Amino acid sequence: MNAKIKLFSYNTLDTPIHRLSGLTKLVCFLLLTFAVMFSYDIRVILAVMVFSIVVLRVSKIQYSQIRLMILYVLIFVITNAVISFFFSPEQGVKIYGTRHDIANLYGGYKLTWEQIFYQVTKFFKYFSVIPLGIIFLLTTNPSEFASSLNGIGVNYKAAFAVALTLRYFPDIQRDYHDISQAQQARGLELSHKAKFADRFKNSLLIVIPLIFSSLDRVELISNAMDLRGFAKGKTRTWYTSKKLTRADYLALGISALILFATVYVSVFINRSRFYNPFI
Amino acid sequence: MDRQPIIEFQDFSFQYYSQSEPTLHNINLKIHRGEKVLIVGPSGSGKSTLGHCLNGLIPFSYKGEIHGSLKIDGLETRDQDIFNLSKMIGTVLQDADGQFVGLTVGEDVAFALENDNIPNAEMHERVKKVAEMVDMERQLKSSPYELSGGQKQRTSLAGVMIDDVDILLFDEPLANLDPATGKTAIEIIDAVHADSHKTIIIIEHRLEDVLHRSVDRIIMINDGRIIADMNPHELVSSTILVENGIREPLYVTALKYAGVKVTSEMQPGHITTLKTELSRNALATWYYAIQADNRENTNPSILKMENISFSYDGVRQILDDINFDIRKGEMVSIVGKNGAGKSTLAKLLCGFEKEDRGAILYKGENIRSKTIKERAEIIGLVMQNPNQMISKPMIYDEIALGLRLRNISEEQIAERVEKVLKICGLAPFKSWPISALSYGQKKRVTIASILVLDPQILILDEPTAGQDYRHYTEIMEFLVEINKLGVTIIMITHDMHLMLEYTPRAIVLAGGRKIADAAASVVLTDSRVIEEANLKLTSLFNLARMAGIKDGTQFVQGFIDYERRIKNR
Amino acid sequence: MKEYFNVGTRTIVATGLGAAIFTLLFMYVKVPSPVPETSFQTAYGLGAFFATLFGPIAGALIAFIGHALSDAIQYGSPWWSWVIASGVAGFAFGFAYKRTMVEEGEFKSRDIITFNVIQVIGNAIAWIVVAPVLDILIYQEPVNLVFTQGITAAIMNSISAGVIGTLLLIAYAATRTKKGSLSKA
Ligand SMILES: Nc1ncnc2c1ncn2[C@@H]1O[C@H](COP(=O)(O)OP(=O)(O)OP(=O)(O)O)[C@@H](O)[C@H]1O
Ligand SMILES: Nc1ncnc2c1ncn2[C@@H]1O[C@H](COP(=O)(O)OP(=O)(O)OP(=O)(O)O)[C@@H](O)[C@H]1O
Ligand SMILES: [Mg+2]
Ligand SMILES: [Mg+2]
Repeated sequence: MNAKIKLFSYNTLDTPIHRLSGLTKLVCFLLLTFAVMFSYDIRVILAVMVFSIVVLRVSKIQYSQIRLMILYVLIFVITNAVISFFFSPEQGVKIYGTRHDIANLYGGYKLTWEQIFYQVTKFFKYFSVIPLGIIFLLTTNPSEFASSLNGIGVNYKAAFAVALTLRYFPDIQRDYHDISQAQQARGLELSHKAKFADRFKNSLLIVIPLIFSSLDRVELISNAMDLRGFAKGKTRTWYTSKKLTRADYLALGISALILFATVYVSVFINRSRFYNPFI
Repeated sequence: MDRQPIIEFQDFSFQYYSQSEPTLHNINLKIHRGEKVLIVGPSGSGKSTLGHCLNGLIPFSYKGEIHGSLKIDGLETRDQDIFNLSKMIGTVLQDADGQFVGLTVGEDVAFALENDNIPNAEMHERVKKVAEMVDMERQLKSSPYELSGGQKQRTSLAGVMIDDVDILLFDEPLANLDPATGKTAIEIIDAVHADSHKTIIIIEHRLEDVLHRSVDRIIMINDGRIIADMNPHELVSSTILVENGIREPLYVTALKYAGVKVTSEMQPGHITTLKTELSRNALATWYYAIQADNRENTNPSILKMENISFSYDGVRQILDDINFDIRKGEMVSIVGKNGAGKSTLAKLLCGFEKEDRGAILYKGENIRSKTIKERAEIIGLVMQNPNQMISKPMIYDEIALGLRLRNISEEQIAERVEKVLKICGLAPFKSWPISALSYGQKKRVTIASILVLDPQILILDEPTAGQDYRHYTEIMEFLVEINKLGVTIIMITHDMHLMLEYTPRAIVLAGGRKIADAAASVVLTDSRVIEEANLKLTSLFNLARMAGIKDGTQFVQGFIDYERRIKNR
Repeated sequence: MKEYFNVGTRTIVATGLGAAIFTLLFMYVKVPSPVPETSFQTAYGLGAFFATLFGPIAGALIAFIGHALSDAIQYGSPWWSWVIASGVAGFAFGFAYKRTMVEEGEFKSRDIITFNVIQVIGNAIAWIVVAPVLDILIYQEPVNLVFTQGITAAIMNSISAGVIGTLLLIAYAATRTKKGSLSKA
């Protein structure tokens, strides 16, 4: 359990991306994510991916900040590729409606160009959301996040629940750490050499008090919020909301355009979500 | 002044849902617009409960039975809702943990305005203004974990003062503040009162500290009943404080020891108003008659820090080259400013954090490789924040936890738990859940849970925060007892008199460095140390000066020796 | 029925804190399973517990926010199909709200059965219907793969909610004090 992990390790650099309002970044993130989730055209997906990598550069995000995430995603995507091949080697053939065999593998599995194309497309489809997510995560001030959610029409109470999550996640992490130490200081052995099953059991020994102490905390915090008039109106304003600037409208315009182009390509050019190079 | 009271309790009683008896009995109390009222009383007497009745948490959040009437501004609170009440009364809660709901200081201060749909631009302006008032304008972007206890308190003060309410209620605003900051807090509250004529209600154990500025009335509560309602001069010159286990101002105690009859004509409510003309001789005579006690500890070293440095994040140095040596059976205070690194130091000793440089020696042997559990066999730590220690729902189980982990038989556990429950004044609550305790009672549970383990070295982080005089004296006297049997005691505290009274030696931290390590009474003679570490002279020094006694240190020491002799009788 | 969807300050705070703990558990307190991309997640036990105490809205938001946040921290972006399914599961768990005696300090056999029936149905809907369908819609994943994963997830999450959720509820019931039960000894 690493207590030093930083949530939204938002850095206060001053780049054009950082200067955008949180609302803009949220909307752009959703528009572009939707574009790559909707499209199965590898050309579109790669275009969006190149675009987002350029933006990643502009926002001066260091490779070291995102190495771990990339690693996790790679592991995920590669496992996914392997198992989806074994579960359904004919998926590509089914989607594209043609068959170009490359080789026969063991156990009756056939490798086809269609399957490779389908899986490569899927690989990039999964991968292309990552730079988008990372840009959003690392350049958005967490304080602005809740007001942005409210800005796109999410009920303000739900938006505030998100703000509270961001506010208390570091606290909960610290509590986990504190409780584990307080227990050890009364004689609980939590050595790293303990067996896996024991470690699991021991972490429950910490998690349970953690859960119960946060139930008490729920009382305390909601009292404090009630006393300062939370949820008395149908709306509320936000200290951290920002006025949209020209740059914001520009960014929103570009993202909307990309989504529009994606849908246009599917509907009028490919006449399907798939790009089919085989016919 | 208009005659319609802004707050009016009439034969008011309240019983919590889970309690078998009322917590407040027959309260009759009127508070007028623009008054400044202090509420004092022992821990668990019902002060916070009374506060909750005012701000509407009772009955809207805590369930229970109400009899009688409570009107605020002429309106029966039961018929209101918590939002209407929140427009009239702003509260700083006792448990500051939960008070901070924003991600940053600015957002937290603005919280009430956000809920009121105040436009963004106006909000920023108002936040800036109040932040300046509490001297937090440079920290508006800081998140809660970057703040020390004192800065958090300031933020919560700003968060209620920003709202345009008529009544401000502060539940123990001073607990956890260092002496100088506590003084500032009282000055801020006083300034708000003077500027805006709001009605102000303060609940506080540190009576003398609140009396740094004037208050109109003091209300004493004990066992859910109002015992007294009078002005500071009358109350301080009566015997009510002592009878109810509340510490009277030190200078008053000194005057009484010297045989002076303290009357309200002497204006003893504040040290600044006190008339000493008549008591000078008595004080001087008393002082010269006391012989100094002398005790020096020459035992071997038990705990030693050598060149300790530490940082949480590798960037900001929290402790910087700390050295000290504590002898077996010593009783030592660690004092200093909010955020100086005192609690961090305690965590290093217990192995919760590992020093970056330097060595910690136990009886001359480096304990770097010892785990928390192994250190726990020797050192017991009572942490500053009780919420960080409590992990069981029931009081008994919480205290027994350490013993159970050590596989001690249940009969023995029962016997030992019983004993500490008594010492900590918790015996009546043995089978209660912790959630039904007052803040001070909770803190005592954590003290009990460590005392029961009989450690050789005991570290207490702010043991007296939220405690009344009677309870903390009982705990401290017990500590003195076990100290005599050879247990080493290290106490982290903001209470200067506690330091003087119980610990012959004090270590002073400021900005992560040790700036003094001397006899407690000597520490307070060094104005540079006082300044740098946000300490404060006790009123006994002022009294000595007013009585024309030159050596204030000697006077304070004399007072303590005298008091000790009375207690041991 | 209306009070089921009442959202007061307490619900919001419980959601915020619940989601924070959910995130923590989701990232750290899990056991990998033999089926790829699934694991035994203790977080769903917590989700079911909070949903029973605070209702469907809290349940849905806790699982949705918690899952989205932990995905974002680990992978850089939420995996929407499974995040939405988590939200659906949390929402369904919330139907145990006010159907048991847990607030009155009792969580016995009947309540345990009610809770577990609801919890198993919720998991089935979320993991055997919602998640696979979204996976197919968004990612064109092979049908047999997503259903295998879905069924595994449904089983594991039912065990998590069943064992951990039930234990937490029993423990919680034990801390509820009865009316007028406290007196100074
Ligand atoms: N939520 C609750 N449920 C049941 N009993 C409670 C509850 N809160 C407080 N009490 C009881 O009411 C009594 C008064 O508590 P209260 O918090 O008002 O004390 P206090 O005077 O503020 O004490 P302290 O100085 O320690 O903060 C205590 O004995 C406590 O056990
Ligand atoms: N877990 C932590 N992670 C990072 N910084 C911390 C942590 N705990 C404390 N700090 C910082 O270290 C500094 C020293 O904190 P510490 O709690 O030791 O102060 P203290 O002397 O006990 O203050 P107080 O009198 O307010 O209790 C503070 O500036 C605080 O912000
Ligand atoms: Mg109190
Ligand atoms: Mg401290």
